[in-house]
Amino acid sequence: MIEIGLGHYLSLGAIVFFLGVIGIFLNRKNVIVILMSIELILLAVNINLISFSIFSGDIVGQIFTMLILTVAAAEAAIGLAIIVIYYRNKGSIRVEDIHGMKG
Amino acid sequence: MINNLNVLLPEIFLTISIFSALMIGVFIKNSFNLIFNLSSIIILVTIAIIFNNYNSSEKIFLDSFSRDAYSNFFKILILISSLFVLNSSKAFIIDSKLGKFEYPIIILLSILGMFFMVSSNDIILFYLGLELQSLSLYILASIDRDNLRSSESGIKYFVLSALSSGLLLYGCSLLYGFTGSTNFDLIANELNKENIGAVFAMVFILVGLAFKVSAVPFHMWTPDVYEGAPTSITSYFAVVPKVAGLAILIKFMHIPFSNILLEWQTIIIFISLASMILGAVAAIGQTNIKRLLAYSSIGHIGYALAGVATGVISGYESAIVYIAIYVIMNIGAFSCLYLLKKDGEYKEKISDLSGISRKHPIIAISFLVILFSLAGIPPLGGFFAKFYVFTAVLEQKMYALAIIGLLTTVISAFYYLKIIKTIYFDDSVITFDAPKNKFAQLSILISCITLLTFFLYPSALNNIAESLFIY
Repeated sequence: MIEIGLGHYLSLGAIVFFLGVIGIFLNRKNVIVILMSIELILLAVNINLISFSIFSGDIVGQIFTMLILTVAAAEAAIGLAIIVIYYRNKGSIRVEDIHGMKG
Repeated sequence: MINNLNVLLPEIFLTISIFSALMIGVFIKNSFNLIFNLSSIIILVTIAIIFNNYNSSEKIFLDSFSRDAYSNFFKILILISSLFVLNSSKAFIIDSKLGKFEYPIIILLSILGMFFMVSSNDIILFYLGLELQSLSLYILASIDRDNLRSSESGIKYFVLSALSSGLLLYGCSLLYGFTGSTNFDLIANELNKENIGAVFAMVFILVGLAFKVSAVPFHMWTPDVYEGAPTSITSYFAVVPKVAGLAILIKFMHIPFSNILLEWQTIIIFISLASMILGAVAAIGQTNIKRLLAYSSIGHIGYALAGVATGVISGYESAIVYIAIYVIMNIGAFSCLYLLKKDGEYKEKISDLSGISRKHPIIAISFLVILFSLAGIPPLGGFFAKFYVFTAVLEQKMYALAIIGLLTTVISAFYYLKIIKTIYFDDSVITFDAPKNKFAQLSILISCITLLTFFLYPSALNNIAESLFIY
């Protein structure tokens, strides 16, 4: 059996993080998917913080994680509210349709 | 414990008054005027509280919150600029039917976030302050909720800003892991260039901060948000978050990252050069004044970052002086926009300005002063701002940065002078309504007088900036 160490957790965090970033840039369909990608990025950070906290025996990282969870919830709430008002004005939340201003 | 609360008094006062104002707004009908005036009073009282204990230098709550001359100066700058932005835009807010009582309260909330941000001495507090500020700004960008452009600017700002917060947070987690602490002072002790993970973290944090001050290559939200959001919000975006963002950027460079100067210096030089060049070139073809001011603000942040790029105290001071004068110029420029009203509609095209010197000589002359100052023409305030930055850059023998910076100043003078040409030499098309907005006129007057008389005592701001780094 391989011993699962800090490096494995950090790799997992990095993979989830880059999945989130790629999700924002490659997605052309729906703004909701972008919201999910942002959540993914924040969760990747949480994986990082918790593994650092466990492996260094320092509690601060876990406290930080709790605070990030609350901020992520607030961010999702405001993001959804903005998407709703955009949908009411435009009638669509396709990413391709969001190009009213250019230059 | 009581002593700790004394240090935290401005924040405590602001928090309690925000909640009281929210309660008043909920229970009294049509309370926009009341809440608006109340917020102005809250801002004034907070300024007084900060002045009351200006020079004390203390760190509380396990050194996570620091109150010193540096943070006090930026807090006062934030408060004064938001006071001017709020009051000069009041008539605009009412005319555009944005007069909901939440408006000033959300502005106060974002100010509270900036307070925690500039005072933070710990990654956790820094992140929470930043998020409180950004969440309020998302709402403000889309506050005109029945307007497609405003909600579109809100959605763009939200997506890009949340992404940059995520990058910044990833950097924070790596920094915590590789230095074993979240405190700025302890991080500074642990950091050195052998610590590759922490240097990697520094890059992520710089990306997030560059986004918040809208420096190239993380500027793509700026023109769209500036154009789409209502003008009163645009003027807030152009002034206040920039001050807070630059303050925390300098603090990051000065305290936690001071040992890896060579690593971050290259990045900041690149960001600064790219912002100056893009700010100068991309603004040339613009027809909308708000969009033009967006590109101009990108360029100005580039000059301020040139001061930061020197990596020495005198450079940071010049950047602080630059941002203070930038605030004065932008408050004046946006106050001018509030006077361009025709049949209840506010004009924001450059072509609408054509020939206004004949019918509105006073608006024309104030535009002239402010645009000359933005272009950096002596003896106006904007010239001294650029002068101090480039002196600091030359003292560090960074000749390439100084030369390219001066060249972009010349290019950007082109589009400022083009507006002045439109104002003075083109045919007159529109006669605007007689200006009624007293406070906007007052802020234009203050801004113009400050810029015109700055040469009488140019070291005033410098002396203040010098006193900030003694702790």
